[in-house]
Amino acid sequence: MTVISPARARAVRAPRDVPAARHAARRHEGLTALWMAGPAVALLILFIVVPVILAFVLAFTNARLISPRPATFVGLHNFANLFSDPVFWASLRNTFYFAIVVVPIQAGLALVLALLVNAKVRGTNFFRTVYFVPVVTSMVVVSLLWRFLYQKDGLLNALISAVHPSYAPIDWLNDPRTAMPAIIVMSIWQAVGFHMIIWLSGLQTIPAELYEAGDLDGAVGWKRFRYITWPSLLATRTFILITITIAALSLFTQISVMTQGGPLDSTTTVVYMAVRTGYQQLATGYASAISLVFFVLVLIVSGVQRFLTREKD
Amino acid sequence: MSRHTVRRLAAASLAVTVAATLAACSSGSSSSPQSSGAGGGTISLWTHNGGNDAELAADQKIVDDFNSSQSQYTVKLQSFPQASYNDAVVAAASAKKLPCIVDIDSPNVPNWAWAGYIKPLGLPDSEWSGQLASTVGKVNDKVYSFGHYDVALAFYTRKSILQSVGARVPTVAQPWTKSEFADVLAKLKATGKYPYALDLGTGGTGEWITYAYSPFLQSAGGDLIDRSSYKKADGVLNGAQAIDWASWMQGLVKDGYMSAKSGADPTADFANGKSAILYSGSWADATVTKAFGDDALVIPPVDLGQGPKVGGGSWQWAITAQCDNTAGAQAYLKFSHQTKYVAALAKATGTIPATDAAAATMPEYATGGASEIFRTFAQKYAVVRPVTPAYPFITSVYQKATQDILSGGDPKTILDKAVSDIDNDIKQNGDYAF
Repeated sequence: MTVISPARARAVRAPRDVPAARHAARRHEGLTALWMAGPAVALLILFIVVPVILAFVLAFTNARLISPRPATFVGLHNFANLFSDPVFWASLRNTFYFAIVVVPIQAGLALVLALLVNAKVRGTNFFRTVYFVPVVTSMVVVSLLWRFLYQKDGLLNALISAVHPSYAPIDWLNDPRTAMPAIIVMSIWQAVGFHMIIWLSGLQTIPAELYEAGDLDGAVGWKRFRYITWPSLLATRTFILITITIAALSLFTQISVMTQGGPLDSTTTVVYMAVRTGYQQLATGYASAISLVFFVLVLIVSGVQRFLTREKD
Repeated sequence: MSRHTVRRLAAASLAVTVAATLAACSSGSSSSPQSSGAGGGTISLWTHNGGNDAELAADQKIVDDFNSSQSQYTVKLQSFPQASYNDAVVAAASAKKLPCIVDIDSPNVPNWAWAGYIKPLGLPDSEWSGQLASTVGKVNDKVYSFGHYDVALAFYTRKSILQSVGARVPTVAQPWTKSEFADVLAKLKATGKYPYALDLGTGGTGEWITYAYSPFLQSAGGDLIDRSSYKKADGVLNGAQAIDWASWMQGLVKDGYMSAKSGADPTADFANGKSAILYSGSWADATVTKAFGDDALVIPPVDLGQGPKVGGGSWQWAITAQCDNTAGAQAYLKFSHQTKYVAALAKATGTIPATDAAAATMPEYATGGASEIFRTFAQKYAVVRPVTPAYPFITSVYQKATQDILSGGDPKTILDKAVSDIDNDIKQNGDYAF
């Protein structure tokens, strides 16, 4: 309250001074905003900013989760170890492989679904719900169920054999060639509904007049999409691109439940490696170094994306 | 923006602050009795068996009996779900809020002793006579923990299955040799009756992998680490014998005897006739017996050269270093170690009683009993996991190496990488010297 009263006092003292009154009003607003944002900001600082700073510091130490010794600074030792570790390079490769495949396919598929359920036909609510159901299901549950589908005697193989009697069943998650594609398919299925909803909200903000005007000028079908819908979705597009990319780069749950990084490192990812190192092997310092590298990577990738999708004046 | 709004917001913020403070206070006060029983002879005890009603009830009964048997100390039991138990202990240790007595999974004993979480029990050595060696947590010749029970691994099969391929029934005196076992598997596969002749539970993850497959490695003559110094794995985990083990495991998959990743419930698969030989713990016995009755057969695991081996060590009890009521904790642990309680806990969990005296009181574990064979395995074959603070790291590396071997990677490359990882970790931690 002491912070507020001087401002109020000044406003009262100079009632006729219009700019000063406006200035005071703005200060009021600023303070109110601060009050409103305060709790969220405090939590963000406590649970995001502080841990990030801690991770930065720990990355240069040999800290361990359980140890009687105090952590000591080891300089770039953790990073030197990391860059000479073949598992790290495999993790990096897999992470980018996953992102490069998932980002365009998931975004594209979500857009197609959004266009479909945005059509003015009966039953769109039903389909909207159907596409959205996997999103509200926990990824752990989805991963467990799909593990059964992908088993050698699972549903997927049974279906293929029914169509193709000569087919030799593939152990999808236990073959280095098929494990990652199998996880990619499942991940897209699970998350596509969420981005469909975002595209849909973007589609619904496009004014109907634009389409009417386009109709008069003969823009129908593909042209209508290319010259009206697509340019109008610029902001949505940027948002979707960046959120899918970040989500794809932080691939962890599916790996932890379905393959534990195997077979033969074909599905290990940077985040999975960090968690395994930090919690199973108790090497907090080394895991922090992995997280730091991951942080820089995500920063670079989203920075580049932001730059490419900036609004060009 | 009006004054009212500001005042209302200020009031709301204040309310939130008060609520948060209250919450902090109440959680603070509810947790304080758990911190090591400082005053009034209260001893707090943590167990991992929240959700496991039978075991929890048995523990609670011991606590109740102890509390009513004397008036000097009061033990307070608090249970945690197993999945988050270790995290709770690690967090409490850093916050200096450990209880007096903790439950501990035996492979963690050296690590927690090294980290200064637990201290030697300080009970006389005579307490451990007639006790299964794998249920006493000895580090540097000091006893840090003891268990009421243990589990053992075994091969399960059926008499009729072995008869059908003309295989002999292996015994403790004469277990299957490597070549005999290969011969049985080949015959079983030739019958075409089973999708896989053998199920080693390869779909399992985590500690199961080390618990179940490092005994095969030891039976072949290798080990996870050189146990004379506990300073290096080189030559032991990647020596010729270890590579033999790895090739053997890989061969079982390559020859089509078992799946590189078996089903979610191998015991159910075996009960449903999907495999002919199952490798599992003594806990699978009830299901197997129920499915096949007299036809069910428990046999020793295969001997790969150094005799059959099984993993040893289950949950045990320890006194924390932060405990300031050591005498009370010792009194309770001594009280809980009575034969009737060892038997009661083993019965509640369906596990092997840790002491000879308790086994004698349980018909199924006494001489000639149906489960006696598991106790024999635990006595004769049990190898405890390496007694070193490096164990959490070693097991994590071994789990990955074994999965890679099962997936068909080159054994030598995989084991060399595992060895260099382990040796590096030990070096970086100053040989984990106490």
